[in-house]
Amino acid sequence: MNQLLGFVKKEFTHIFRDTRTMVILFGIPIIQLMLFGYVITTEIKDARIAILDHSNDNVTREIKNKLLSTGYFRLDANLMHENEIEPIFRQGNIKEVVVFERNFAQKLEREGKADIQVIADASDPNTAQMLYNYTNGIIQDYTKKKYAGFTIPVQIKSEVRMLYNENMVGAFMYVPGTMALILMLISAMMTSITIAREKEMGTMEILLVSPLKAHHIILGKVAPYLLLSIIDAFIVVALGNLVFGVPIRGSILVLAFLVVLYITMALSLGILISTVANSQQVAMFISGFALMLPTLLLSGFIFPIENMPVPLQILSNFMPPRWFIDAIKQVMLKGNGFEYIWPNVLILSTMTIFFLVVSVKKFRLRLE
Amino acid sequence: MEVQTQNREPIIQVRNLVKKFGKFVADDNLTFDVYPGEIFGFLGANGAGKTTAIRMICGLLEPTSGQLKVAGYDGYHEREKIKQNIGYMSQKFSLYEDMTIYENIRLFAGIYGISRKERLAKTDELLKKLQLEESRNKLVGGLPLGWKQKLAFSLAVFHSPKVVFLDEPSGGVDPLTRRTFWDLIYEVAHQGITIFVTTHYMDEAEYCDRVAIMSEGKIVALDTPTALKSQYGADSMDGVFLKIARNKE
Amino acid sequence: MIKISNLEKSYGDLKALKGISLEVGKGELFGLIGPDGAGKTTLMRILVTLLTPDKGFATLDGLDVVKDFREIRKIVGYMPGRFSLYQDLTVEENLQFFATVFGGTIAANYHLIKDIYSHIEPFKDRLAGKLSGGMKQKLALSCSLIHAPRILILDEPTTGVDAVSRKEFWEMLDNLRKTGITIMVSTPYMDEANLCDRVALLQNGSVLSVDTPAKIIAGFTRKLLGIKVFNTSQRYGCVALLKELKGVESVFSFGDAIHITCGENGLNAKNVLEYLHGNGQKEVTVESIQPTIEDVFMELMKETSIKN
Repeated sequence: MNQLLGFVKKEFTHIFRDTRTMVILFGIPIIQLMLFGYVITTEIKDARIAILDHSNDNVTREIKNKLLSTGYFRLDANLMHENEIEPIFRQGNIKEVVVFERNFAQKLEREGKADIQVIADASDPNTAQMLYNYTNGIIQDYTKKKYAGFTIPVQIKSEVRMLYNENMVGAFMYVPGTMALILMLISAMMTSITIAREKEMGTMEILLVSPLKAHHIILGKVAPYLLLSIIDAFIVVALGNLVFGVPIRGSILVLAFLVVLYITMALSLGILISTVANSQQVAMFISGFALMLPTLLLSGFIFPIENMPVPLQILSNFMPPRWFIDAIKQVMLKGNGFEYIWPNVLILSTMTIFFLVVSVKKFRLRLE
Repeated sequence: MEVQTQNREPIIQVRNLVKKFGKFVADDNLTFDVYPGEIFGFLGANGAGKTTAIRMICGLLEPTSGQLKVAGYDGYHEREKIKQNIGYMSQKFSLYEDMTIYENIRLFAGIYGISRKERLAKTDELLKKLQLEESRNKLVGGLPLGWKQKLAFSLAVFHSPKVVFLDEPSGGVDPLTRRTFWDLIYEVAHQGITIFVTTHYMDEAEYCDRVAIMSEGKIVALDTPTALKSQYGADSMDGVFLKIARNKE
Repeated sequence: MIKISNLEKSYGDLKALKGISLEVGKGELFGLIGPDGAGKTTLMRILVTLLTPDKGFATLDGLDVVKDFREIRKIVGYMPGRFSLYQDLTVEENLQFFATVFGGTIAANYHLIKDIYSHIEPFKDRLAGKLSGGMKQKLALSCSLIHAPRILILDEPTTGVDAVSRKEFWEMLDNLRKTGITIMVSTPYMDEANLCDRVALLQNGSVLSVDTPAKIIAGFTRKLLGIKVFNTSQRYGCVALLKELKGVESVFSFGDAIHITCGENGLNAKNVLEYLHGNGQKEVTVESIQPTIEDVFMELMKETSIKN
């Protein structure tokens, strides 16, 4: 028994004396709990919508007021014409458009029914569904309350059209996110590990002492992964398209450009990590914690960014995958081109240049 | 080290010991005895089969065939008993660097089931002998290599085992430290503990009572250093080793 | 060829090099002899430009290790401890890689490594990770030579390798020296000092002595006696007796002999023998002997520790 106790005591000693283990045991669970608590929120708040009201009578006004007073929605624009709908979705800020037909109040009184069309941006099908449910719920509630005592049943029918993703296929949302994740994994994690491995094995010493310049070493290390990443991206997009029907509505060239830009960004991030990691284990640890987790949680891959608390939204702006996923979705699902995605491209490019500059500066031509 | 090889019962008995990994024969029909209080040297190139043989004798590996008895216990069925009666020190690791000297002593004492009273007495004795009383609460990681070596050895024999195995114990230390280390070994052997040592330093082979030289899984020579030198017409163990290697070619 | 002047280097609190000064001539086979922690690896890493010194300077063939590091990297061949080879590449692939990285081909400089590489050429398709210690050593040496360096720096190439390979390796170095290449080798094995043109004895970041092995031995100031004990069981007792003898300064085991040092104080082989006989040690011989590098090293170590 003494033997066992003695051994257990030793294990505790090791744990308490190693800061890394302490971080894993206490720091990470707390962070994760906070993150998951806030990120996985199913409530809607201030969802931005636009309204196209062909009637503008007292009924539609009452319905609009009701919608907007719940706090779930925020009116971003009042549209005048049908052809404004498509562009406003493309811009990306509006998640739903509510359309009231002509002579709404009259139709209700005379025929006992009127139509509302709801168009939702279904590139995130879950949110779209939720928004529609809320919208419809409010409309039906209004109907019940206002026309409670009527002899003829009054019905406001709302029809939903899921834009960009008619069949609400989950893959439309997951394929771009998966691509961001995979490319990050291969390009960043693998690159950081391979350089760390040279350091660990001691062969880095010999490379450094040779006439090889820093950029030779870096480029040489990175080139195979660049190629493999491009092939992988191609496979993901092809599979997404052929198996899940994820469309490529925009230009393939723009898509390719985005992918290469993202991969370059990830590669430079991987090199940056390798300059601080001395062993493969450390490289993997940093990659996993600093790359994978944020990509999964904060990039809009699974959990919509609009629903997160503001601090997390701000944090999400620093995550490269967030900009990539957004741009990819725009190109593939909405068919947007450079006119719409230029901010994303600008941000990703800036990040890439920043990582590269810092990496090259930090890549030491000596051992210390 | 009062050694009379004829009259005493061997502390380690090996007869036709074989270890195979699949088709590869790591140890091929080893036969030898080691007597109590002996300093027994085990030499040979890496890959010759030394490490495998030691692992079997330590109870870490089960032999493929042959007979093995260590401190009276059978090498197949009583391996746990063997482990309780031996000590082990290797060059690569023997102490926990992130624990203090005192904590290390306490840990190993605990593992071998030494009572608290005995442990306290022995700890004071050990610290005094190695002149480490002032440093008892210092982390082992901060000690110079020579001190770590002596401490590791002292811990290996702390529980008074019958046999202690030293695996390349003095790699890299300066010549002075190496010798004071061997002084320690002699002292311990003098008390009757059998020492089983492997080394790359040929002069250390001379400090042994008897030496076995392994090559490609077999024992190619086994005798006192003096006898081996005479047999091979060499004036040092280094010469003996070279002659054996050249004979093979 | 190599000039080192007052080199100092610390890692945090630990002072690895405490002011080293040395010179190595062209074509010399120079040995850095010392145990772990002496500073050998640190010194060599500075010379091959992997580290920069805190104080002092060093030049290789007139090139400064800090300012001209790119040039130095073209003319130096380096074999680090642990033989850093790519374990998952074959023997030939490793050699190919190093040749290319230095802008050459195997064919161009094959004559330099022929003697060495011929030992391992039969295994050229074997993964480097699966080679024995001796073969890895030869491969690492070949890789460091393949670009015809002017200076070769080898960090403990014989550590942990079997005695036969060690001997072969020094024979190869001897042959290399004849091609005019300057070689600096570090080793913890004192007996290897005799195979060098000149050596520096290093301990705890300082140089204890620099000279040819013969001159270092000649500089030994004490009287040295060697005692051989024929009955090994008596050895322990013999050592104890000698430690008690007045006038004896140090008693150490050296293989099958015991070395004792004393001053010019009247102790000699004859009266030490009488002393031992008188105390029951019959089967012994005592004679005056020549010191080895190890004897000198230990004496110098003692002197420095007394000074400190």
